[in-house]
Amino acid sequence: MRIYVCVKQVPDTSGKVAVNPDGTLNRASMAAIINPDDMSAIEQALRIKDTCACQVTVVTMGPAPAEGMLREIIAMGVDDAVLISAREFGGSDTFATSQIIAAAIHKLGIGKEDMIFCGRQAIDGDTAQVGPQIAEKLGIPQVTYATGIKKSEGLVLVKRMLEDGYMMIEVQTPCLITCVKDKTIKPRYMTLNGIMECYSKPLLVLDYEALKEEPLIELDTIGLKGSPTNIFKSFTPPQKGVGIMLQGSDKEKVDDLVARLANKHVI
Amino acid sequence: MSFNSTDIHSFRDIWVFCEQRDGKLMNTDYELISEGRKLADERGSKLVGVLLGHEIKDIAKELGGYGADKIIVCDHPELKFYTTDAYAKVLCDVVMEEKPEVLLIGATNIGRDLGPRCAARLRTGLTADCTHLDIDTKKYIDFLATSSTLDVANMSFPMEDTNLKMTRPAFGGHLMATIICPRFRPCMSTVRPGVMKKAQFSQEKADACQVVMRHVELSPEDLKTKVINIAKEAKKMVDLIGADIIVSVGRGISKDVDGGILLAQKLADAFGNGVVGGSRAVIDSGWLPADHQVGQTGKTVHPKVYVALGISGAIQHKAGMQDSELIIAVNKDETAPIFDCADYGITGDLFKVVPIMIEAIKETKNA
Ligand SMILES: Cc1cc2nc3c(=O)[nH]c(=O)nc-3n(C[C@H](O)[C@H](O)[C@H](O)COP(=O)(O)OP(=O)(O)OC[C@H]3O[C@@H](n4cnc5c(N)ncnc54)[C@H](O)[C@@H]3O)c2cc1C
Repeated sequence: MRIYVCVKQVPDTSGKVAVNPDGTLNRASMAAIINPDDMSAIEQALRIKDTCACQVTVVTMGPAPAEGMLREIIAMGVDDAVLISAREFGGSDTFATSQIIAAAIHKLGIGKEDMIFCGRQAIDGDTAQVGPQIAEKLGIPQVTYATGIKKSEGLVLVKRMLEDGYMMIEVQTPCLITCVKDKTIKPRYMTLNGIMECYSKPLLVLDYEALKEEPLIELDTIGLKGSPTNIFKSFTPPQKGVGIMLQGSDKEKVDDLVARLANKHVI
Repeated sequence: MSFNSTDIHSFRDIWVFCEQRDGKLMNTDYELISEGRKLADERGSKLVGVLLGHEIKDIAKELGGYGADKIIVCDHPELKFYTTDAYAKVLCDVVMEEKPEVLLIGATNIGRDLGPRCAARLRTGLTADCTHLDIDTKKYIDFLATSSTLDVANMSFPMEDTNLKMTRPAFGGHLMATIICPRFRPCMSTVRPGVMKKAQFSQEKADACQVVMRHVELSPEDLKTKVINIAKEAKKMVDLIGADIIVSVGRGISKDVDGGILLAQKLADAFGNGVVGGSRAVIDSGWLPADHQVGQTGKTVHPKVYVALGISGAIQHKAGMQDSELIIAVNKDETAPIFDCADYGITGDLFKVVPIMIEAIKETKNA
């Protein structure tokens, strides 16, 4: 059994984010982190590996420096890594990205008992689209928003979150599951041994040449040019005019506020 | 059956996927049908809803009251509960046959599962979690003029463009992006719950709405997933999206969490019928359950009054509340970014300010 875990390196949008004058994002100003939901996917895969013999392969598409992230993930206990990287793939939207990742996994082979884990969504785009689109392209079933995964022969039992509860879903393998953060899934740390060994574990680089003949690749729907969706405009929302800061003692401020609210018939 | 997503001129009409759970329509259905009506009018086309489920025909007509010209009902026992396999198969089959130009889906946990699966199968683009939609270019320019810092007066636009212009926040709300899907159809978009305004219900329109039953083909080989059971959260969920008054608390309540939440509830009651929300810091700390979270990864709200107590105003929080009609912020740090979007700001300790506020509101109301 093999579990592929798809991960993405993302800018840390929780801190201060700099925007260029032309309305694009100044990526150089931000630290790169492993996408948080992807950490849950890695942990879920490693938990299965803890209980049975299986190979866990981490897969990312991104620029060459993403290798550093892959080595870190190997140090957490993953067996090997795949880096999909090519200029031709740059600027891909979710349709194009999922096509390329699906083609890479198809090339490596997906067996009857195999699974693919993804994070539900990445914090830079928040789309949650790449996982389901990979599943469709590979023609395998999917379960999204998973917080619990139990594997038995040919079947997986998944706890899938809804807004107001959850569903228990039984899915046949091979399948794709997208994982969300949950208090029951604390990602493990890198181990000392892991760190020592991470550079000696296999890391396969797949470039344009390696994938362009793959049956799942349509050359006219990849990269910035081929992507079905395009950015028409991007912009920053205007700052709402700063309101009124009330002055005086706490009591005076509150009285002033309440008088204004009464005037506006809010109370 | 021939379906070619690049033959863009053979596609017509605006479609909305109408989601039901337990045989009940979702709020997103009303919101999307209302929004879809506007788009259909801009495009001069029909608005059609597609409703999947089992024994749900009777709930279809109501959607006409919000603007749908027609509802296509797909009824099958295997559609009673949502599974990706069954829903994607049935929805894609209808789309391939009828070729809608636009397909909108509510960005619920289910819509966000179904949308990408269908887009990949139909071989078209999909834009996630949209907060604003336009077809008419002039309307889009008006939107940019009020909602962006772009100098639209000095920009040129393709006025004849009939692509659906789908606007959504990116990078956690730091940027807004308008996405188009010019070479493929349908233009697909998932739409963030709570953002689009629900139209006035009209019984006359509901009566005029055409309901069409559609034959559904599903075989056991189509179904590789099975729902074992569905569990509901035992307690009642808070209705942030429908609330007129929301009092939210942030990490600022940390020195007395229970006391802070109680104050917020009392303030919400003093305003009248308010509910308590929270920042992600509060939810992550386990002080309030997840359904109370406001923001980018929580709910988008626009109540009449939003009160932020001890919330710093991170961009992800603002993304969910800055369109409230009136915002009041209490924070002990006068430089807190929440004050940048507040109509009224009070610098001070919430534990001191809020009790005074509760009394003052009660007094004014009784006066
Ligand atoms: C991908 C992503 C998605 C996110 N989504 C969301 C989201 O949906 N919603 C959300 O809220 N956040 C979200 N966040 C987190 C967000 O960035 C902030 O970390 C969070 O909103 C901070 O919460 P806070 O304002 O309660 O806490 P803090 O930032 O710690 O602010 C606490 C505030 O309380 C004030 N304070 C302290 N004591 C008092 C007192 N006694 N009286 C008055 N004021 C006091 C302090 O001055 C401070 O301003 C997201 C982050 C990421 C990376």
